[in-house]
Amino acid sequence: MNLTPGTEIPTKSFVVNRELLVQYANASGDQNPIHQNEEFAKSVGLPNVIAHGMFTMGLAGEYLSEINGSAAVKEFSAKFIKPVVVPKGVNVELKISGVVGEVADGLAKIDLTVICDEVKVLGNAKGLIKLG
Amino acid sequence: MLNPDLIGHTFKGESAVQISQESINKFAAAVGEKNIDVAPPTFSISITLEQSQKLLQDSGLDWTRVVHGEQKFEIKRPIIAGDKLTCSSTIETYRVVAGNEIVTVRSDLNTESELVVSTWSTLVVRA
Repeated sequence: MNLTPGTEIPTKSFVVNRELLVQYANASGDQNPIHQNEEFAKSVGLPNVIAHGMFTMGLAGEYLSEINGSAAVKEFSAKFIKPVVVPKGVNVELKISGVVGEVADGLAKIDLTVICDEVKVLGNAKGLIKLG
Repeated sequence: MLNPDLIGHTFKGESAVQISQESINKFAAAVGEKNIDVAPPTFSISITLEQSQKLLQDSGLDWTRVVHGEQKFEIKRPIIAGDKLTCSSTIETYRVVAGNEIVTVRSDLNTESELVVSTWSTLVVRA
């Protein structure tokens, strides 16, 4: 992929649903009930079950991996600014896109935008990718 | 509340976590990653959140009210199956805003000979 500054990386859609949250909980070890149990999530003031912030970031990590391979990802950071709400039986769509920023010392900065329901859910999300 | 004497202190884990191919496969499948030769970029969170929680269990932080605010990874090299990684966690910054405690915990994953991944987790303990 062309990694010169300003290059737009094609948008990719990801699905988030309750089954995937259970799968992620088992893979990551994060069994916090707010990510699986609707009754519990509502009892602590959330609108419904929400995705693990790290699940959303994990999907954005997969997006970064596709650019130049997962071994090329040297840095990755993000803020969790809005929850991804996941009602039962619904496939929630995440749209991830990227733009190449500064390129220096064999590394390209990728600025990521992660959108759910027209709202940015990650803030200041960026990765550093090794070139070639 | 966090014991302020612990700011800047590093807690070194004693036992190493051995990384299995199965754990990499499970994590990769969950985030849709196809390459399983190396661990996905965010895989280390599956080690550091649990390890740092264990290392900081007597710090005064109330882990039951923790919300994840920010996350950063610096990957020296990808984690691979067979790695034996020891975690050391440092409370790097701490502030209290409107009763919420905001703590940044740095966790380093090392083999016997090299630093593999550093992570920074900013955690908000809700008032």
